[in-house]
Amino acid sequence: MMDRPLRLRETIAWGFAGLGCFLGIWTLLTVSGLVPRQFLPTPLDVVARIVQLLTTPFAGATLPQHLASSFERYIVGVSLAALVGIPLGLLMGWFRLLDDILAPIFEALRFIAPIAWVPFAALWFGTGIGGPVMIIFAGAFPPCLINAYRGARFVDPRLIEASRMLGTSHVRTIAEILLPASVPSIVAGLRVAAGLGWQSLVGAELIVAAAGVGFMMVQAQANVSTPTVMAGMIAIGAAGMLIDVLLRQGEALILRRRGISA
Amino acid sequence: MGSIRFDNVSKIFGRNSAGIKAIDDINLEIAEREFVAIVGPSGCGKTTCLRIVAGFEQPTSGTVSVSGKQVQGPGPERAVVFQHFALFPWKTVRQNLDLGLRNKNLPKSQRDELIASALRLMNLESHADAFPHQLSGGMQQRVAIARAYVLDPEVLLMDEPFGALDAQTRVAMQEELVRLTRVNPRTVLFITHSVEEAVYLADRVVIMTRRPGRIKEVLDIKSARNAENWNRFQKIEDVMDQESFIHLRTHVWRSLREEKPDNT
Repeated sequence: MMDRPLRLRETIAWGFAGLGCFLGIWTLLTVSGLVPRQFLPTPLDVVARIVQLLTTPFAGATLPQHLASSFERYIVGVSLAALVGIPLGLLMGWFRLLDDILAPIFEALRFIAPIAWVPFAALWFGTGIGGPVMIIFAGAFPPCLINAYRGARFVDPRLIEASRMLGTSHVRTIAEILLPASVPSIVAGLRVAAGLGWQSLVGAELIVAAAGVGFMMVQAQANVSTPTVMAGMIAIGAAGMLIDVLLRQGEALILRRRGISA
Repeated sequence: MGSIRFDNVSKIFGRNSAGIKAIDDINLEIAEREFVAIVGPSGCGKTTCLRIVAGFEQPTSGTVSVSGKQVQGPGPERAVVFQHFALFPWKTVRQNLDLGLRNKNLPKSQRDELIASALRLMNLESHADAFPHQLSGGMQQRVAIARAYVLDPEVLLMDEPFGALDAQTRVAMQEELVRLTRVNPRTVLFITHSVEEAVYLADRVVIMTRRPGRIKEVLDIKSARNAENWNRFQKIEDVMDQESFIHLRTHVWRSLREEKPDNT
């Protein structure tokens, strides 16, 4: 169907047209009275609510404050996953025995969705920072581990031979050969981990949390404040996009620095 | 220090019954500071011979020893120059050279000194802080040779080191290697499938048979080189003009030609 590639300006124009249609239909549905305004506020209502939430607290905090507590857990959870997952993945990629011992455990745990950790996390760590952090960890850990492992396993064997020929110790080989060789794979894994971590976080906050965007949304649901619920959804989407854009930039920067891509 | 000895060395890849016999009953002694080149048809196991000396492969039977000690695994006293250079792309030239020295736990001042002299030896001083991908193929191979030399190894193992270079760079590197081994002699085991390269560089040329690789013939080049004093020439083409060179080269060619695929 594509006769010719679209120019950037056209692509942007069509994108806005699609968004405009979406918002138009949404507004029409509400204004026409087809859907009660209480359940589907107009886009303008939602924007007004977001602006209001910037300063007026809801469920104990303003929207930026809720976002801040979400981010705090998020950073802790994802960092923990990276700090444990990446070294462990590299070690498993280097020491065959460790791989044989640990692989079956991870294979089994992999199929427990992050959300399925919620009851366990609540029992162990409660609703403070611990519970949600554990759930984020459960979401972000596998891609950190798997990508570091793959990176280490698929290092050019000639570089490993060169390293052994030079008399390099195991620890130094992991730190100076496997780790840098795996950086592209690890960074790609971190991006996946960041996305999964953010999704797991919001899921967790809907159930175990006393603050955060997810918590705000649950409280809003109880008060049948649909604009607040939708404001929360938009905040989650926007923050997720922002994280992804930043990580993409970071990834491109790292690859450019190593002369891998132009 | 620096002699290499193959005693009844055979190598079978895969399970013994269905495995492929790469080399069969290799017996060879390389003296200290001798330059030996192995030539043979592709797949004859010449690289396997080198990899066993390097410690990357274990022989299925027989033993290989270097300086009288049986080879158990890779080590810096047996430095390898790989066909595809195998430089660490995220390390600068200097850092590539430094890794082996750091592994020896030498103090920083001594390492800097050794690196500086290796860089000078290979004309790389102005590229010390470049990354490998910023250098041409010939330059990268100079770095790889410098990385091997800086270790002050007992033997130098070169696995088709110039095979990935273009013809002109290759000739320049061959001349460079001759100069280098004159200034700083080492025991060298050199794998190549270029007959000219082998005859030009080596003291002795080992000709191998088709798989399973056996030693077919060992040819003395050194006496001809000394008799006709090849060393007075700077350029490879002048050496290649010598009657003795042509004679030896033709001899190796004929010997290799006999190794037809169906003629084992």
